[in-house]
Amino acid sequence: MSATAPPLPRLHIVTGKGGTGKTTVAAALALALAGPGRRVLLVEVEGRQGIAPLFDAPPLPYAERHLAAGLDGGEVFGQAVDADEALLDYLTMFYKLGTAGRALRKFGAIDFATTIAPGLRDILLTGKLKEAVSRTEAGRMAYDAVVLDAPPTGRIVKFLNVTVESGRLAKTGPIGKHSRSVARMLHSSLTAVHLVTTPAAMPVQETLDAHRELAAADLPVGRIVLNEVVGAKPVDVTEEQLREGLAKTGLPADERTVAALLDEYASSRIEIEAVDAYRDRLERLGRPVAELALLPEGVDLSGLYQLAETLRELGEPARPAPRAADDVEGGPGGD
Amino acid sequence: MATELDLDALLRDKDKHVIACCGSGGVGKTTTAAALALRAAEVHGRRTVVLTIDPAHRLAQSLGMEALDNTPRPVRGLESGSLDAMMLDMKRTFDDVVALHTTPDRAAEIFANPFYQAVSSTFSGTQEYMAMEKLGQLRETGEWDLIVLDTPPSRSALDFLDAPARLARLLDGRVIRLLSASTPGSRRSMLSLMGASAAVFTRVFNKILGGHLLTDVAEFTASLEDTFGGFRKRAEATFRALQDDQTSFLVVATPEPAAVGEAVYFSRRLTEERMPLDGIILNRLTPVRASLSAERALGAAAILEEDEPESPVAAALRTHADLARRWSTEQRVAARYEAACPDIPQVWLSTLGPEVVDLGGLRGFGAAAAERPARSHVE
Repeated sequence: MSATAPPLPRLHIVTGKGGTGKTTVAAALALALAGPGRRVLLVEVEGRQGIAPLFDAPPLPYAERHLAAGLDGGEVFGQAVDADEALLDYLTMFYKLGTAGRALRKFGAIDFATTIAPGLRDILLTGKLKEAVSRTEAGRMAYDAVVLDAPPTGRIVKFLNVTVESGRLAKTGPIGKHSRSVARMLHSSLTAVHLVTTPAAMPVQETLDAHRELAAADLPVGRIVLNEVVGAKPVDVTEEQLREGLAKTGLPADERTVAALLDEYASSRIEIEAVDAYRDRLERLGRPVAELALLPEGVDLSGLYQLAETLRELGEPARPAPRAADDVEGGPGGD
Repeated sequence: MATELDLDALLRDKDKHVIACCGSGGVGKTTTAAALALRAAEVHGRRTVVLTIDPAHRLAQSLGMEALDNTPRPVRGLESGSLDAMMLDMKRTFDDVVALHTTPDRAAEIFANPFYQAVSSTFSGTQEYMAMEKLGQLRETGEWDLIVLDTPPSRSALDFLDAPARLARLLDGRVIRLLSASTPGSRRSMLSLMGASAAVFTRVFNKILGGHLLTDVAEFTASLEDTFGGFRKRAEATFRALQDDQTSFLVVATPEPAAVGEAVYFSRRLTEERMPLDGIILNRLTPVRASLSAERALGAAAILEEDEPESPVAAALRTHADLARRWSTEQRVAARYEAACPDIPQVWLSTLGPEVVDLGGLRGFGAAAAERPARSHVE
């Protein structure tokens, strides 16, 4: 590896407007990244337990757990990170609290601390991510990639902008130091924030807004994922052709059926043409736009693999220029 | 099979004064709230106000809510009746509550407190709490027959019920009293009650959060308690107000596993809390117009393509098959709600076309929801 090339992203943060399928995309991305011999960790942080049902798995625990085989032979692990648990971890690690920690929890103090200091929660959560990204086991990285099912676009910049929020907290001491190192990683090429949208006006607008806010906060944007894209290239069909075709194949060719089919075809045509317009707007952001098809049967585990296949074929997006925060630890080797 | 939700009956019911639309993010809560409010005003002649939290820009524009002054403004362009709309400004609502209950000097002190500034603008429960607060204020004026409430875009619909209590707990909880008692400068230590862990706790927290924060919190809560007797009481009162018969909860969901799961969870919780849940609006179903099964359409498409690979008729049939498959997947997902909450009336609503961004769109949405139940497109 040349000294000037930025590292490939290893922390993939997947966000999007509510209802655009960001959890699905995060899961598919984790499967896609888990190529032969690779280990990927898929994390959620909002206590929604949205990941487990996609994999037909019981609710994810705070500890990492094997979830599924990746595409061709890798492994995907899952974890639901909880800020209260993370704070307790943290206190135990730095202050040797022992059983006093449990007493504090019972008393509501842990809950109190994570709610009283807006920002502490996010620092703890992103801190856990950094730990998973940089952990080594037996001389190699514990995970080749970490994928986060992140908070929605409306909250994403605040969530990732830990240095700003930590300004409210103590500047000295372990949390302050810790948050600065987390912030360096989040602003470096090790991180990629992927934006998920569906081809509809409001989600696309939110994506454009989020892109602008991320850029303003100097956070690295990865891909734009245009999710739930319907159908093929539209062709012209006339009432006459339709009536003949239906009759030829023994289907009802009455006026109502013909009109209904034409109507459906016309509206899905509008939908398909709208996709082009949305894609254009998104492409103007200058980031690669990945398209995922709408699966008519809904997304189950097989559907996830199908989406993962699509993401895999797209390969790694072109690597952007090195970033100011790239001179960080966290990559393997580095020699 | 669950009963049909009769929205018109609900909107015209003179005894209902509050309708709250709840659901997870991205299901169309704001649109639903605005459409129902418009219909109540235009069709049922009720003096209505819609309280929205975070509407999309164009929708806000069409409702004339661009001025962010935290008071209801009349919506222009109605065919009849009167509708006001407002967008919640949570910081301002909080400021008003403080100002109303205390002297100007005391209020200035509170406003200057850094902890107040943080809680009033960033704390995750504040929006929910202030939505309830604003709702209470609007009710008290007696200016409207009906208030339609859009709920905050929380990570979970349950936050709407839980967050106010959490904020209240935070603001007058015993933890604060304990901490303020063991913060340097105060002699009235409660350490004897808690043993050594409280001391460790305070020390550690001062280190993590900065000593000033605990002091700010302590001062802030003390001044609040002096002025209006505690947040918890206030939160409990608003919570109780939601339980009376004048209120009606509607759950909004889309036919996706996560949204339906959330709707089930929320509906059960409302029932447990004895909140009046009147129905679920299942939004954005795939519109299917031709009553032809996916299998038959695909079979016919395959036959046509044998002779003509690019057959446009086959393309139209495949489009229909896709829609029909999506529809039946959605039906299976929706069935989970019915299995879990069989007594809750439902209304199903197909996607009507492009997104709803103006009064005409809202009118159409309201009419479709109230007049044309969409349950039986494909047999």
